[in-house]
Amino acid sequence: MAVTRDAVLDWMNRFAGEMGEHRQELVRLDTAIGDGDHGTNMDRGMKKALEKLGAAEQADPGAALKTVAMTLISSVGGAAGPLYGTLFLQLGGGLAGHDEVDLPTYAAAWRKALEGVQSRGKAEPGDKTMVDALVPAVEALEGASDLDDGLRAAAQAAEEGMKATTPLVARKGRASYLGERSQDHQDPGATSTYYLFKSAAEALAG
Amino acid sequence: MKKLINAPDAVVQDALRGIEAAHGDRVRVMYDPAVIVRADAPVQGKVGLISGGGSGHEPMHGGFVGPGMLDAACPGEVFTSPTPDQMLEATKAVNGGAGVVHIVKNYTGDVMNFDMASEMGKAEDIEVETVLTNDDVAVEDSLYTAGRRGVGVTVLVEKICGGAAEDGRSLQEVAELGRRVNGNGRSMGMALTPCITPASGEPSFELADDEVEIGIGIHGEPGRFREKIGPASQIAERLMTPILEDLPFSSGDKVLAFVNGMGGTPLIELYVVYAEVAKIAQEHGLSLERNLIGNWITSLEMQGCSITLLKLDDEMTRYWDAPANTPALKVCG
Repeated sequence: MAVTRDAVLDWMNRFAGEMGEHRQELVRLDTAIGDGDHGTNMDRGMKKALEKLGAAEQADPGAALKTVAMTLISSVGGAAGPLYGTLFLQLGGGLAGHDEVDLPTYAAAWRKALEGVQSRGKAEPGDKTMVDALVPAVEALEGASDLDDGLRAAAQAAEEGMKATTPLVARKGRASYLGERSQDHQDPGATSTYYLFKSAAEALAG
Repeated sequence: MKKLINAPDAVVQDALRGIEAAHGDRVRVMYDPAVIVRADAPVQGKVGLISGGGSGHEPMHGGFVGPGMLDAACPGEVFTSPTPDQMLEATKAVNGGAGVVHIVKNYTGDVMNFDMASEMGKAEDIEVETVLTNDDVAVEDSLYTAGRRGVGVTVLVEKICGGAAEDGRSLQEVAELGRRVNGNGRSMGMALTPCITPASGEPSFELADDEVEIGIGIHGEPGRFREKIGPASQIAERLMTPILEDLPFSSGDKVLAFVNGMGGTPLIELYVVYAEVAKIAQEHGLSLERNLIGNWITSLEMQGCSITLLKLDDEMTRYWDAPANTPALKVCG
């Protein structure tokens, strides 16, 4: 199995669908410990990204992800715009020039995406951010021997990472202003990141 | 929830159309990307001053675009940082060859988007300096938080730097002055009620009828603690004590006192608070040289107030007094 352009387009379609479907859930999570805009921003950004993807021929998986990146950077704002923008930019960069992406290339691109997100947002694991879902998912991909298994393991790891943010005290982003009052809430960024890996497993795994 | 809007997703655009209709003679409104620019920008040889942030804090920042204050403002969605392409467009529109200062409130999203815009501006050979405001003493400033939020002092930085830029000061001088204002200013806010963003339609937090939230942020972020409501004198004390201790302000300091409404509190109550602020300031031997009272950095319909104290020096006072002619704030020379 390999990651193709059409599979990536299907993935982005599904991810946009998840953002629309879970818009209120993300707003609710973000209202509890942030500023309440995560669901609306991601929904708006991914709807725009789908428009852009549909408006022009995407040469390969990397090009499609770059289109998503640039759309999110210029339409989302907040923290999610630069962070998801950087994620897709690095991920797309890692896949550029490949029509069919194998597991090692895909996992290496995700490592670059993770590094990009961390360098933009300065978050470490345990800070109660999207990084807490990203790190275990990327590690699951890197540890897999087969693309389908890796995609499913990554989705599961992202879900566990997301759930593990609940007891954490936030140390980055607006939630950090709450100190210990940020405990017992699931992080909205880690939640949208889980949906990204969930939709990837559905779209890309055979 | 009842709001005077056409549609939640159209609020920012529709408000921009109102600004264009009302003030089109002195500001130019761009819609894609959204930027409010001084009509005569770029002013050749003058340092350009831009700011931006989520909408919902009006009149900040768009209401402060004009001679003596900002050259441009980038409105984001409600409570959401604007995007780098807006900031780049604003930077280019106000660059009169002397460089551009970005005034950025310390929020994770604002900082990241302005960082990207600053990188893009420099890539186009525009000199950019960033002044970060982080004056909110309600937030513990440590490695374990995103740092203090930029609140009331931002308005003062925009006015004072605007005066300096109009006076022909250099990019470095304007930026240094802005950093000095931020470094000598401290703020804290409180809320009687939460606010409701048009998109969510839900209150930002729950507060009982007889409770107040002390240490509130300007996006309805919960504060340090909540308690039963007391008289204005007690609330002023709750805000003034951490502010005074933090700088610290000391006897003999010349001070600008800024009592800001969160959007839903009538001016009469802000004057009640100002009387308490003046009394506490006097007890501490501070000399209240200047003041600003009113709704300048708001949080939609939230009821409540914030207090900002700025320790003045002669240069700050001079540029605070300098003429400004913006839709919201006018100072006669």
